[in-house]
Amino acid sequence: MSDEPSSDIRNYRLFIKKDCPTCELIASTIEEISAALGDRIKIFVQDDPSFLSHLPNILDDSALESSYKEGITIVPTMTLANHPEVRVEGWDRAAWQEFFVGEHLFPTVGDGLPDHKPGCGSKTLDVGMPEKLKLRYENPCEARNIALSDDEDDIESCYERGWTDGLPVVPPTPLRVIRMLAGTNRDPSDIIGNIPPDNAPINIEKLAINAVMAGCKPEYMPLVIASVEAALQDKFCMHGLLCTTYFSSPVMIINGPVARHLNINSGVNALGQGHRANATIGRTLQLIIRNVGGGVPGGIDRAVMGNPGKYTYCFAEDESEKNWPTLAEDQGYDRSNSVISLFAGEGLQPILDQQSRSPDSLSKSMANSLRAVVNTKLYGLADAILIVCPEHRRVFHQAGWTKADLHEAISKQLLMPGAAIVRGVDGIAEGMPEKLKDKTIAKFRSGGLHIVTTGGTAGMFSAIISGWVASGERGSQLVSQIL
Amino acid sequence: MQSPLLDPTSELKPMSREILPRLTTLKDKTVGLIDISKPRGKEFLDQVELQLVSVGATVLRYSKPTFARTAPVELKQQISVECDAVIQGLAD
Repeated sequence: MSDEPSSDIRNYRLFIKKDCPTCELIASTIEEISAALGDRIKIFVQDDPSFLSHLPNILDDSALESSYKEGITIVPTMTLANHPEVRVEGWDRAAWQEFFVGEHLFPTVGDGLPDHKPGCGSKTLDVGMPEKLKLRYENPCEARNIALSDDEDDIESCYERGWTDGLPVVPPTPLRVIRMLAGTNRDPSDIIGNIPPDNAPINIEKLAINAVMAGCKPEYMPLVIASVEAALQDKFCMHGLLCTTYFSSPVMIINGPVARHLNINSGVNALGQGHRANATIGRTLQLIIRNVGGGVPGGIDRAVMGNPGKYTYCFAEDESEKNWPTLAEDQGYDRSNSVISLFAGEGLQPILDQQSRSPDSLSKSMANSLRAVVNTKLYGLADAILIVCPEHRRVFHQAGWTKADLHEAISKQLLMPGAAIVRGVDGIAEGMPEKLKDKTIAKFRSGGLHIVTTGGTAGMFSAIISGWVASGERGSQLVSQIL
Repeated sequence: MQSPLLDPTSELKPMSREILPRLTTLKDKTVGLIDISKPRGKEFLDQVELQLVSVGATVLRYSKPTFARTAPVELKQQISVECDAVIQGLAD
């Protein structure tokens, strides 16, 4: 006969904490169970090991290892040792008595106690504790650990290692990265793609590390992942964009419910400072290009001047006007979709017009300003985003113009006789090739002018985000990515 | 002990920072000698200078204001632009 315990012998585990009125209430019952079951039950105390310490089967679980590994969420919880999914949580006299069917304890255990009393939260769920326990008992991070001496300042160490964009970053400790990873259901080892210029693979964990450094909240993760997926679409041409001597860098425009859920600014100062989501989501992509891709200014990034948007350039569209299609709708999505669009662009050129009250005047005014994209004598080189401010949009909308009407009017205004802009005209050497002097030339290629609305509701100030001179199929095109 | 950091890079480069390329000759190179301002440092470095000059190096002499503190940033910057290599007399 084997000395091994028979598989039909039931062993138990009970999880309790002293700082739980329910556990205190059932203390005498726990003593009764302990006496009846002997070494067939282990009683784990999460907080104070002096609680019921006279019992022989009390175990100190103040490190919470057993509670964490058993997935305890409530105390008291009684489980079957071999089938921890079989459990009773809180105090429910009938359920506890049922749990001990076949034991001498059945059916009288807990007689005299109330029928029911809910338990308390397990200490494994205290604020900040799940991440700490995950780090302590699982540590899912595979990235190289960089040890710091106690004398090192962690933020300065990030600078010294070349990990920052010039502003301080949040030091990416394993605990912070685990907290960030909780913002996505994706596996940390999932590869998203290869980041140029080094074409180094990036997985979710590496993305999360850079998101921590940029200052993101975990809830931003799905959008940050989508931003990287968008940047890696072939038609966005991220590699060329990060290398260019021109000004351009990725501009992010967010549409749909995610913009509201994450509080991405589409109102006052939408393209300015002051909103965490705008600041950090855009910054994360730039840090990823730098750290994972190896695209460093002065290295392969050869921008003559760059633009301030290379720190971060991210805003949401104002979607308050239901009859005015959003950028995402222009790209084939609907308003229930959360969509991020990336455009290769640079800083803002204002369009001040406080006099136009008719759509005809305002569209001509906007078209005139759009002529200055890249150079007033260069046509068809760069795409552009026209940002129509809410007050200007109202002028069109109240006159019955649609967004398509505006686009068509501007496009007509931006047809130019070649003879007026070829090289040498006006005493300016720059211009279109001489062979185009008899042609009519459009300022923007077909599909190259996008219209977006954002910003505060007071002020008749629209703006232009001028695009990369390598726009279109030979360079970069606006891309959209649904979450 | 403070928490380690997780490497945000592609990890294509080794963890320890690379040292600058070493000089292959001292001939026609400029070597800085830093006196950290401890007693008799000058006499010792005078002898080092003689040896460096004998192999064709040009020697520039510097000194820290006090051995108790790290060199001022200005001094480090000056040496970095004036010299190809630097030798620091560290102790007595």
